Amino acid sequence: MDINHDKLLWMYKTMRSIRAFEDQLHTDFAAGKIPGFVHLYAGEEAVATGVCANLTDRDYITSTHRGHGHCIAKGVDIKEMMAEIHGKATGACKGKGGSMHIADVNKGMLGANGIVGGGPPLACGAGLTAKLKGTDQVTVCFFGDGASNQGTTMEGLNLAGVWKLPVIFVCENNGYAETTSPQYSVSGQDIAARARGFGMPSVAIDGLDVLAIHEAVREAVSRARRGDGPTFIEAQTYRYYGHFEGDTVKYRDKDEEEQYRSRDCLLRFRGVVLEHGLLTQAELDAIDADVKKTIAEAVAFADSSPLPDTKEILTDVYVSFPEKEMWPFQAAPA
Amino acid sequence: MSERIISYREAINEALRLEMARDETVILMGEDVTGAPHSDEPDHLDAWGGVFGVTKGLVQEFGRERVRDTPITESGFMGAGVGAAATGLRPVVELMFIGFMGVCLDQVVNQAAKMRYMFGGKAKIPLTVRTTIGAGFRAAAQHSDSIYSIFVHFPGLKVVAPATPADAKGLFAAAIRDDDPVIFCENKILLDTKGPVPEGEYVIPLGKADIKREGKDVTIVAISNMVNVALKAAEQMARNGDGISAEVVDLRSLSPLDEETVLASIKKTGRLVVVDEDNPRCSVATDIATLAATQAIEYLNGPVRLVTAPHTPVPFSPALEDFYVPTPARVVNAVRETMI
Repeated sequence: MDINHDKLLWMYKTMRSIRAFEDQLHTDFAAGKIPGFVHLYAGEEAVATGVCANLTDRDYITSTHRGHGHCIAKGVDIKEMMAEIHGKATGACKGKGGSMHIADVNKGMLGANGIVGGGPPLACGAGLTAKLKGTDQVTVCFFGDGASNQGTTMEGLNLAGVWKLPVIFVCENNGYAETTSPQYSVSGQDIAARARGFGMPSVAIDGLDVLAIHEAVREAVSRARRGDGPTFIEAQTYRYYGHFEGDTVKYRDKDEEEQYRSRDCLLRFRGVVLEHGLLTQAELDAIDADVKKTIAEAVAFADSSPLPDTKEILTDVYVSFPEKEMWPFQAAPA
Repeated sequence: MSERIISYREAINEALRLEMARDETVILMGEDVTGAPHSDEPDHLDAWGGVFGVTKGLVQEFGRERVRDTPITESGFMGAGVGAAATGLRPVVELMFIGFMGVCLDQVVNQAAKMRYMFGGKAKIPLTVRTTIGAGFRAAAQHSDSIYSIFVHFPGLKVVAPATPADAKGLFAAAIRDDDPVIFCENKILLDTKGPVPEGEYVIPLGKADIKREGKDVTIVAISNMVNVALKAAEQMARNGDGISAEVVDLRSLSPLDEETVLASIKKTGRLVVVDEDNPRCSVATDIATLAATQAIEYLNGPVRLVTAPHTPVPFSPALEDFYVPTPARVVNAVRETMI
């Protein structure tokens, strides 16, 4: 296998971190500790991990409403993510974005996005910057089976093809757009085939196999870095929890859930690396312990962090704007 | 600074050329901003230079990479402008008509406008959207809007609408240099109007209104081509011996809004008329009336009057379209009503 030891460790740690982060949120949401909505990525860890294993901090990604996994895989600080989701001042976005808008531009993470299909045009823009500045940066655009029906996705595919942009489109087909299966919503039943119509290489792969994803994306990234344009990858995966926490998930069968859980990406990865002697049980266990500690620290950090000062409501809207016009026609409340 | 007489179109072109020469991260993209991008035929180069010829000549100077024709894909290229702005370019995106915002609104209001706030200030979006406004071309409802007001509504956006060639040059340069997304509204009916414009670098700060005519009896606040309508009304009133001296305030920048200049003028004259070609509900015109009601009511000696387009789309028939757009006569009547 053409993949080094450190990267295998990184992959396992990343997938384990995402799983632990999401499981923690699942518990804390049920306990009423989390304001608003969270859309959990548990089950899909192999996709974000296999993709981002090919990227550096200088590369960009655009993400979705189900963005925690993308953030962790792209290196966004886990403590700041947890604080953000708790609405705290120490959050990655100072508590102004929440779960659906976590971003860290310095890490190349251009934001989770609450608009289904919001990302593909933005990814083209990041690709255009790299192209015009003559860098070898690539941009990965994550989106779901639901977004594969949005016009913006078609426009992004076309623009990336026309301009030969260094963009990799990764469709995370997790089987459900909210409650709706692609069997109902995707005409033609073949998302990967759509991209071929835009003249770019396109494959559908097993989205539960982090090594297969890593391999497919590695090829796509080198294509993009050498200026040969975009690639499309449909990763067939599954989400363990509902569309959002609190969803009673009345639209799929328990058998189906069990069947996917039996093919879990973490179990599978452990099986492969142990069987081939690539990582040891001790290494994997050490990572599990380390991740457990990291998540506990992240929760403690979020719990102990202050809420944002109400004065912060008016900041960060603009780079520059007259302060008194931020709350016009009235005296701003004290 | 020396000046010469050039058109509004030439003034915008000049500002763009100077900014592109000054800063290599400034790029232009939009539909047919050069024309015939598929062709290497020298005769086809710069076939249009934009649908109104505003960007003519730029591709020869800056090349096809930086002067970039797009497919007809407004969400695609608007979003690409936002993404490019977030990652280090300073894009100017041409949207042929402001009515086409209906096609790409998400990228403007949910992405460009909210990104900085959602990210806790960790992004800046130095994007300028050039678009056209204005009725009078018999172009009917989807190509004639002046719907800048809806963009004033959105936190995170700035909105500019110049009335003269000099203002167009200075405000466009400022819009490009600004680190926030700016909607720059060019009035189609003004493109061929001419006026003195300073040569070389010329930047007018955003958020500053300009008193285009001083007066003492009534304040007429106007936007874009309505400044010319207001000035004609003011001249008529001066000539006709009505004994009315009107002050015309050109807002120029709709967001941010120069409240001081507007309020100072109202306090001086004691009367207010607002002239706006946009539809009247929840508009810049109603904002100015609200400003007067909340911050200068004790200075008003009569009712505030609005002169705007009706609450209808822009009609096609010349008979109807000419009735749609505010006229100097309507402004004069409105001024008289403030004198009651």
